[in-house]
Amino acid sequence: METLLLFAPLAGALIAGLGWRAIGEQAAMWVATGLLFFSAVLSWVVFLSFDGTTETVQILRWIESGTLATDWAIRLDRLTAVMLIVITTVSALVHLYSFGYMAHDENFGEGQHYKARFFAYLSLFTFAMLMLVTADNLVQLFFGWEGVGLASYLLIGFYYRKPSANAAAIKAFVVNRVGDFGFVLGIFAIFFLVDSVRFEDIFAAAPAIAETQITFLWGSWNAAELVAVLLFIGAMGKSAQLFLHTWLPDAMEGPTPVSALIHAATMVTAGVFLVCRMSPVMEFAPNAMSFVTWIGAATAFFAATVGLVQNDIKRVIAYSTCSQLGYMFVAAGVGAYPVAMYHLFTHAFFKAMLFLGAGSVIHGMHHEQDMRNYGGLRKKFPYTFWAMLIGTLAITGVGIPAVLFTLGGIPIGFAGFLSKDAVIESAYAGMGGVPFWLLVIAALLTSFYSWRLMFLTFWGRPRGDKHTHEHAHESPWSMTAPLAALAVGSVFAGMVWYNAFFGHTDTVAKFFGIPYAEASEHAEGESAGADAEKGKGAHHYVFAGEPGQGGLYMAPENTVIADAHAVPKWVKVSPFFAMLIGLGTAWLFYIRDPSIPKRLAENQRPLYLFLLNKWYFDEIYDFVFVRPARGVARTLWKRGDGDVIDGTINGVSMGAIPWLTRLAGRAQTGYIFSYAFWMVLGIMILITWMSIAGGPR
Amino acid sequence: MIAQDLAILLPEILLAVYAMAALLGAVYTGKDALAAPLTWVTAGAFVLLALWIGTRGGGAQIAFDGMFVNDAFARFAKAALLLAAAAVLAISQDYMQRRGLLRFEYPLLVALAVVGMMVMVSAGDLMSLYLGLELQSLALYVLAAFRRDSAKSTEAGLKYFILGALSSGLLLYGASLVYGYSGTTLFSGVLEAAGEGRAAIGLLIGLVLVASGLAFKVSAVPFHMWTPDVYEGAPTPVTAFLSTAPKIAAMALFARVLFDAFGGVVADWQQVVAVLSLLSMFLGAIAAIGQTNIKRLMAYSSIAHMGYALMGLAAGTAFGVQAMLVYLAIYVAMSVGTFAFILSMERGGAPVTEIAALNMYSRHHPGRAMAMLVLLFSLAGVPPFLGFFAKLYVLRAAYEGGLVWLAVGGVVASVIGAFYYLRIVYFMYFGEERAEPVEAGGSPVLYGMLMASAIVMLVGIVNLFGIEGAAAAAAAALVQ
Repeated sequence: METLLLFAPLAGALIAGLGWRAIGEQAAMWVATGLLFFSAVLSWVVFLSFDGTTETVQILRWIESGTLATDWAIRLDRLTAVMLIVITTVSALVHLYSFGYMAHDENFGEGQHYKARFFAYLSLFTFAMLMLVTADNLVQLFFGWEGVGLASYLLIGFYYRKPSANAAAIKAFVVNRVGDFGFVLGIFAIFFLVDSVRFEDIFAAAPAIAETQITFLWGSWNAAELVAVLLFIGAMGKSAQLFLHTWLPDAMEGPTPVSALIHAATMVTAGVFLVCRMSPVMEFAPNAMSFVTWIGAATAFFAATVGLVQNDIKRVIAYSTCSQLGYMFVAAGVGAYPVAMYHLFTHAFFKAMLFLGAGSVIHGMHHEQDMRNYGGLRKKFPYTFWAMLIGTLAITGVGIPAVLFTLGGIPIGFAGFLSKDAVIESAYAGMGGVPFWLLVIAALLTSFYSWRLMFLTFWGRPRGDKHTHEHAHESPWSMTAPLAALAVGSVFAGMVWYNAFFGHTDTVAKFFGIPYAEASEHAEGESAGADAEKGKGAHHYVFAGEPGQGGLYMAPENTVIADAHAVPKWVKVSPFFAMLIGLGTAWLFYIRDPSIPKRLAENQRPLYLFLLNKWYFDEIYDFVFVRPARGVARTLWKRGDGDVIDGTINGVSMGAIPWLTRLAGRAQTGYIFSYAFWMVLGIMILITWMSIAGGPR
Repeated sequence: MIAQDLAILLPEILLAVYAMAALLGAVYTGKDALAAPLTWVTAGAFVLLALWIGTRGGGAQIAFDGMFVNDAFARFAKAALLLAAAAVLAISQDYMQRRGLLRFEYPLLVALAVVGMMVMVSAGDLMSLYLGLELQSLALYVLAAFRRDSAKSTEAGLKYFILGALSSGLLLYGASLVYGYSGTTLFSGVLEAAGEGRAAIGLLIGLVLVASGLAFKVSAVPFHMWTPDVYEGAPTPVTAFLSTAPKIAAMALFARVLFDAFGGVVADWQQVVAVLSLLSMFLGAIAAIGQTNIKRLMAYSSIAHMGYALMGLAAGTAFGVQAMLVYLAIYVAMSVGTFAFILSMERGGAPVTEIAALNMYSRHHPGRAMAMLVLLFSLAGVPPFLGFFAKLYVLRAAYEGGLVWLAVGGVVASVIGAFYYLRIVYFMYFGEERAEPVEAGGSPVLYGMLMASAIVMLVGIVNLFGIEGAAAAAAAALVQ
């Protein structure tokens, strides 16, 4: 079943990409979509029937070279199962959505066939992403990693006639190369240390790695820390974390379904997945993990601030994605991997929905993306409005704080409310201090920019081109149906799986197939935590697995999830109040008195420009990296290649050789006596040479 | 005794008798009416002889006290040149006939030339060497001037004859010096007299002169001047013949003299041969660039290719000789195909030899253009075609023989040479459409030979049709 599930998208990609001429464009699109839905149904079956024990399905022996032996195999554990449903569900819905969204595209002329190609790329992406999450070794994972990178490149640059789309595609590719460089170094280091790239071997060797020192660049490092940092650099590139985030906003040049699938729900979360997958190594690298936490928190804050002032609807959501990814990394960084996966899981639903909703508006507004030209679209887009509203409620974290009311231990609220609170509580329990506060502030900002988007788009008076507004129309069912499906997820996904991802230690351990034990067996380390938990009496169990057992590895002393439930009450309600403040401010700014934003921007001009220009990251990179590189390249090109190499070759081939050719032509006089003269001359030279240099006996 | 000697010479004797008998017979009977059947019969006889010689084992046999040697080397060369001659006869019949050139002497002159060549490659004595060489040359002089009513053809024959006479004189002078300093004309005797290491000055000068005479026959620089004029002036089938079988014979003879007679003083002649090789490769490549006539171009092409073959010889090793033989075999296979193409170039029934006339040839004759493309790439030495492996072979031989500079020079020359081959491809595929395109005339034989040659260039890379082993055995027989 896993194999079928895995290869159905590949089959779809091949049929749609190579066979559409034979079966027709419509048929190709339906085949790709049908196979994806098939795959999604299987994924849900796998996920729901999965009992937590890790399985491995070998497909073929892939590489054998020296001591490097790599299988092509499916590793199925809870981590994979979660990713499977996220990927296939969102992908299937995006396929369906694309029927409507891609029906007419002004970037392509009449009679040009682009739809089958689009669907083929989508399916190819899905296959690569599935390869990534089902890998049972790092090389296979890297194959999927690069496969999604390729699909992302192809889809960002799908409108290949637009120079900006091509530039964005190349930028995404190049920035990812920087991260991938770290990633491959990490893989090399692991192979160097363990002599294997299989997860089983790596995980088993993780405690030993933590004891090893390794020399790299100028110093000697703890091997586990070094490997963790290198792998995380790869994750930073793919998940658009601070310093390697610049490609993600530009990637919005791609069609909106692509943004929803790749740059919100799935590919960009691959970095989070990688950190969770490598949790057995990460657990032994505390310094690297705090690095992860800091980067994640900084990204969450940075992206949220930039999101405040963007005017392009897709860019706002893109920065929002970037920010939410930061949340996930914070959760992973403090050791709460299940929480990271929890936020990944819920985020996939509401963020995909926000993107698809935005796409629906863009589609209905004839590809107008500037929110300043929206306004009052509630009536024109009834379904889209409700979907976007649910998505916004989810991302901003609307719900009933757990301290007030829970239903059988499960808080009531939208998906994002539960998972984001879980992340913030974990951050407080695991690290506290600045990262925690950054997340809370980011939650406030998230609420503000999300409601800003809603108010600017659906409330107020119509702005911008009158004609466009008159012709604005709700999207066809193929676009609204996926929104409905995702809305269900955005509302319920958080509550249904609350205990599985963020319940008590034993439910989480059971869900992920991690062995656990009674707390008393580890009494000495647990007493302090147990005291804190006294009131609830929930802290009876601790994780007791060896690295590699189950979907995740959490060291026995890792009690962050249990601790997170025991944080002070003000911590638990802080994100709720942050949300309320953000909502209130947004209401004030954009409903009550729409002149405030303008005044504020004028009063605080430097700050406004700083945010509008995304903290000047692109400009700084341009100055520090791009220009010098281009300068060097230009010098090598013009001087090195042009003058020296081409000059030499041109000089020889267009100067010296033709001159010799003319000379040879002139020697060929046609007169016998000159021919004979050359022969005799040749003999004379030969004899003279032989007599002198040959050295006769 | 004499019966045994004659038995060893039997193929040559049979061919010579056949040629003379046919000559007499044709004179007294049908004359030119018999020309076409005679051509085919002669070609058939060549093939049969080649098969016979090729399958005739028996190690090294010596006849007439060493004047005539029949060893694996001679058999390889004979089989190759007989097949080449047969192929050329096959592609020339239709062309000659349609232009009223097919006289009954044509196949018989070719047969006599072939007898001379067979004697050349089996020579074990300076006398038999000269005998074979002159028999071959005289027949070729006549063939070059075969189109008697054409000034160009006559000029070609005359030039060839006069310069050939000069080279024969040089060779004879060298032979007499060698005889004078060694007291014998037998190669084995010369080998003994020359000794090991360095040769005496007189022998050395004799060696240089003999080598010059032979270099003339293989048209190595600076003894190449006749080649473009003769190739251009001679009827095209004769040009095809000149560039194939005699080249094998002359190269084989060159190798035989150098190894059988001067095998002890390799260091002395190695430098000479290497310089001839280098000059030939570069002049062939550079001078061909300026050509507008495809026959002249092929003349320079053959000069360059002989340079590469000499590179194998210059290595002075058994592997070098093997490389040279493989190179020759592949070169001949390419040449036959290329000339089959040139023979088919015509406009309104008249032959065309202008390269520019091939503009956009591919549009009208895609199949032929593709085959020619394969051949040209192969001639230029572009992988994966057979010509590349031929070059690789000799370059490796030169490298292993210690002549790294020669190998590097060969690579550079092949880069230069690639230009003019690829220019023809450019004309055929990307050139400008001219008013009157070239027609593809000629019999199916031409088409078949062109295609077969192109296919050989592709399929041969699998195992070179097994000639490697035969060439290795031949080389082992020559270089003890």
